[in-house]
Amino acid sequence: MAFTAMVGARIRRREDPRLITGRATYVDDVKLVGLCYAAFVRSPYGHAKILRVDTAKAKAHPGVFAAYSGADAQAAGLKGSMPVAHKMGDALKAPPHYPQAVSEVRFVGEPVAVVVANDAYAARDAAELVEVTYEELPCAIDLRKAAAGPPYVHADLGTNVAFDILFTLGDAKSAFSSADVIVKQTLVNQRLAPTPIEPRSMVADWDPGMRSLTLHTSTQIPHLVRTQLSVVLGLEETRVRVIAPEVGGGFGAKLNVYAEEAIVAWLSMQLERPVKYTETRSECFQAMIHGRDQIQDLEIAARKDGTILGIRGKILANLGAYHQLLTPVIPQLTVLMAPGCYKIPNIDLQLQGVFTNMMATDAYRGAGRPEATYLIERLVDLVARELKMDPAEIRRKNFIKESEFPYTTATGLTYDSGRYESTMDTALQVADYKGLRAEQEAARKSGRYIGIGLSTYVEVCGMGPSAAMPAAGWDSATVRVEPTGSVTVLTGISPHGQGEETTFAQLVSDELGVPIDSVNVIHGDTDKVQYGVGTFGSRGTAIGGSALKLAIETIQAKAIKIAAHMWEVDPADVEYRNGQIVVKGVPSKTMSTAEAGFLAFMGDKLPPGLEPGLDATRRFEPPNFVYPFGTHVCVVEVDPKTGHVTVLKYFAVDDCGPQLNPMIVEGQIHGGIAQGMAQALYEEVVYDENGQILTGSLLDYAVPHADQLPHFELSSTQTPTTVNPLGMKGVGEAGTIGSTPAVVNAVVDALAPFGVKHIDMPLRPEKLWAAMQRNGGAK
Amino acid sequence: MSNIEITVNGRRHAADVDARLLLVHFLRENLDLTGTHVGCDTSSCGACTVLMDGKSVKSCTVFAVQADGSSITTIEGIGNAAKLHPMQESFWASHGLQCGYCTPGMIMSAIDLLQRNANPTDDEIRKALAGNLCRCTGYENIVKAIRAAAAATATTAARPQAVKEEIRTPEVV
Repeated sequence: MAFTAMVGARIRRREDPRLITGRATYVDDVKLVGLCYAAFVRSPYGHAKILRVDTAKAKAHPGVFAAYSGADAQAAGLKGSMPVAHKMGDALKAPPHYPQAVSEVRFVGEPVAVVVANDAYAARDAAELVEVTYEELPCAIDLRKAAAGPPYVHADLGTNVAFDILFTLGDAKSAFSSADVIVKQTLVNQRLAPTPIEPRSMVADWDPGMRSLTLHTSTQIPHLVRTQLSVVLGLEETRVRVIAPEVGGGFGAKLNVYAEEAIVAWLSMQLERPVKYTETRSECFQAMIHGRDQIQDLEIAARKDGTILGIRGKILANLGAYHQLLTPVIPQLTVLMAPGCYKIPNIDLQLQGVFTNMMATDAYRGAGRPEATYLIERLVDLVARELKMDPAEIRRKNFIKESEFPYTTATGLTYDSGRYESTMDTALQVADYKGLRAEQEAARKSGRYIGIGLSTYVEVCGMGPSAAMPAAGWDSATVRVEPTGSVTVLTGISPHGQGEETTFAQLVSDELGVPIDSVNVIHGDTDKVQYGVGTFGSRGTAIGGSALKLAIETIQAKAIKIAAHMWEVDPADVEYRNGQIVVKGVPSKTMSTAEAGFLAFMGDKLPPGLEPGLDATRRFEPPNFVYPFGTHVCVVEVDPKTGHVTVLKYFAVDDCGPQLNPMIVEGQIHGGIAQGMAQALYEEVVYDENGQILTGSLLDYAVPHADQLPHFELSSTQTPTTVNPLGMKGVGEAGTIGSTPAVVNAVVDALAPFGVKHIDMPLRPEKLWAAMQRNGGAK
Repeated sequence: MSNIEITVNGRRHAADVDARLLLVHFLRENLDLTGTHVGCDTSSCGACTVLMDGKSVKSCTVFAVQADGSSITTIEGIGNAAKLHPMQESFWASHGLQCGYCTPGMIMSAIDLLQRNANPTDDEIRKALAGNLCRCTGYENIVKAIRAAAAATATTAARPQAVKEEIRTPEVV
C-alpha cells in the first residue's frame, strides 16, 4: 500500500454524513419502550422560602405517573448534594446543593417540583397544576453589594463571600511607588450564556433486575458524570452507564453534573421506567451554567518608556447561588493568566468569589482566561494611550522574548515556548497595520471613525497536569488492531463537534499505515470506552491525542517483536517507517500492521512469552499545561450618528503548534472568534434587582446571526510545545480568548477623537452613542 | 382531535392529532423523522426549518393541523449518505458544520435561498440566514458552503430530486 500522509491534510470529516442527512442520534432522538417524560416546576423568584408544594392536582392529571416536590424526593431517598470539584479545603464555603430545592429557592429557575407523564405535552400540562406557595426573601444581585454584606444567599454562612484569596507576587508596592505612570480602570466582564443550539437533554433507564442505570445525556464528560452520579444516587459505579451520543455543542456548559441529571435518573429508579427530559430554551437560559461575570478594579504601573512594572487590584467573581462542578476554580485561572504574554514581575490581586441569587457561573469557552486576556490587553492599551505609544510597540517592549523560554510568570506558570513578537509581526504584516493606520487618519479627516484593535494573547489549556487540576487531568486511549487489520480506537475524550473521529483516524492511519476508512474512533459510552476525563479546556488533542500516540507506540513496539520473530532477526534491527514494519537497511523486507495484527490474533507464530492480540491502552499525564498564543487585529467603523459598530476586517494569527487537520483547526478558530466577538458587541445575561432573568429567551439574549459577523481572515504560525509527544497545543478556546479585547480595543480606538478611553461590554450602539454625545457628538 | 393528511418526503401520512400539536413534534414523534431539531421556544434558532410546499418554514411555529394537505420536505427527504443533495455535499466539503445540531435547518434554509436567488452574494447569504443560529462555526464556512453549492448548481443546472425516506417507514393509513 502506498503511504499517504494524512496528518496535516484537509480531509473531510468522517462524522459528517450522518449529521448532514439527519441520521445522527442526539439525546432527544432516543426513544425507549415505555418512555415517559419529565417536566419541571421552577422557581419564579430569585430568593424565597418554600411554604407549601401541592402536587395533588398534578398527580390526578391524565397520563401522570408521579409528581415530587423537593421535600418529597428527599424523603423518598434523593438525599445527595450536587458535586463541586476543588482542592481548596476549608478555604471554600460550599453549602449543600440539593438537586431540587427543599425549603428555600435561591435563583430563578431552580427546580422546585417535577412531574412525570406518558407524553411531553401531558407532563407540561400537569406541571402547570402544581401549586407552590412562596414567601419572598430579599435578593443579592448587585455584585459589589453582595460582597459587602446582606442579604445573604445562604443565611447560615453569614456572608456571601465563598472564598477570598490574596495573590501577592513580587513587590507591587515598590513597583507602584517607583512608577512614572499609573492607570486605574474598572473592567466589567459581563455574564454570558453559553447557548449551545442543542439544549440539555437526558434519558435515564433503570433496569430493576440488574439494578443498573443507563443515562443518555448531552455531556462533555460521560465518565465524570458516571462517577459523580453514582455518588449522588448511592449506586455502585459499575452499575451506572453514561452515554453521550451526538452532542449538539457544549462550550463548557456541558462540562458539568446537573441537578436535572440526578433527578431524572432517580425518577427512572422510582418508576422503573425510562424517563426523558429535554429542557426548553427558556429553561436553558435559567438553569444551564453561565460564564464570566467579574468586576475587576485594577491599576497598572509603568515606566515612561512603556515598561510595565506591576498590576494590582481586586477582582469580584459572581459565582451565582450554588457551586456547580468547577464554579470556584474558573476565576482563579483569571488571576493566573493576568500577566498574559508580558514580563510583569509584580502582581498584587485579591480575588473574591461571591454568591448571588443567580444561576451558577462555571466553564464557558475560555473559562477564566478570556477575563484575564481582556484584563491585560485592555490595560496595556490604556497605558499605551497614556504614554502616547503605539499599541504594537508597547506590546513589543514587554513581550517575553523567544530566548527567554521556558519562562516562569510571577503567578507561577511556566510557559514552555512562545514566539510572541514574530507572530505579532506576522499579524501586522498580514493586516497591513501601517496602511490601516494611514487609512484611519484619512478617514478621521472626512468624519469617519475607524478603529484598529490589537490583542496579543497567550492562554493556558490542555487541561492539565493532575497535580494542578481539581480532579484528574490525564486522558486515555485504546488502540486495537482487529484480526482483519481494521483498527478500533477508544478515546477517553468526548468530542461534540471537534472532529476527533477524523483527526484521530488521520494519526492512526499514518502511524500504523492503515487506510483511514478502516479506523473507527469510538467515544462517549462508559460501557465501551476505558475511563476518560472528557473534552474541555482545549485538551482533546493535546491530552487525548497524546494518549493515542502512546498507545500507537505500544502497538508498534509489539508489532516489531512479532515481525522480527517471523523474520528471525533481532527486534533492535526492525523499525516502523512510513507506517510499515521494516528491517533497517533492507527496504524490501516489510510487514504491514494488519499482517502483524493477524499473526497476533492467530497466536501460533509469536515469539515465546509474547501474549496474543495486538492492542494497547495508554494514559497520558501531561507534565505541564500548553500555552497557545497569537495576535488578532480587528478593524471597526463606528457610525457617529447611531453608535453602530461595523467590523470591517478581522485578522487572526494563531499558534496552536502542528495541526492534525488545518480545516478543523480553522473551524475551531472561526467559532471561537465569533463567540469572543459576541461578548464584545452583543451578548449579556441581565437579571433585574429581584433576580428575574430579563434575557431568558433567544429573542432577548443576542446570540449573533450570520449578518452580524464578518469574514475572518486566518493565518497561523506553528511552534511545537515540548510538553507532549505530538507538540500540539489546544485550539478550542484560543479564538474566544484572543478576539474579545481586539474588538473592544478597536472600538475604543475608533472613539479616541471623542476622548473615550473605555466602555464596558457589550458595546451596544446606545452606549457608544452616549459616550460620543458626552464628548460633543459627531464632529 | 383533528384528522390530517400530510405528505412528507413524498409519502402520504394520515393521523388524528391534537390541535395544538406542533408540526415539528408530528415529524419527530409521530413519524420518527428526528433529523429536524428543536433549539428554542421562540422561533428564533431555525434548527427546525423544513420545506412546506417548497418554501422554508420553522416547523416549531406551524401546527400540524395547519400543514394538513401540504407537502413537507425534511432533511431526510433531500438526500441520503449514498446520494447526497448538492447542499449536503457542499456543507460537508466546506466544513460547514461542527456539532451538526443546527445543520439540517441551515441546509433547508440554504436550499430555500437558492430557489429564490440562484447566485447570491455573501451579504445576501448572511441576510438569508438571519433566521438560523449556529454557535459553532461563526458562519464562515456555512457562507462558503452555500456559495459553493450555488456555483455547483449553476454549472450542473440540476434540480435536486426528492429521495424517498426509506429506512424508517412509519405507518401509512
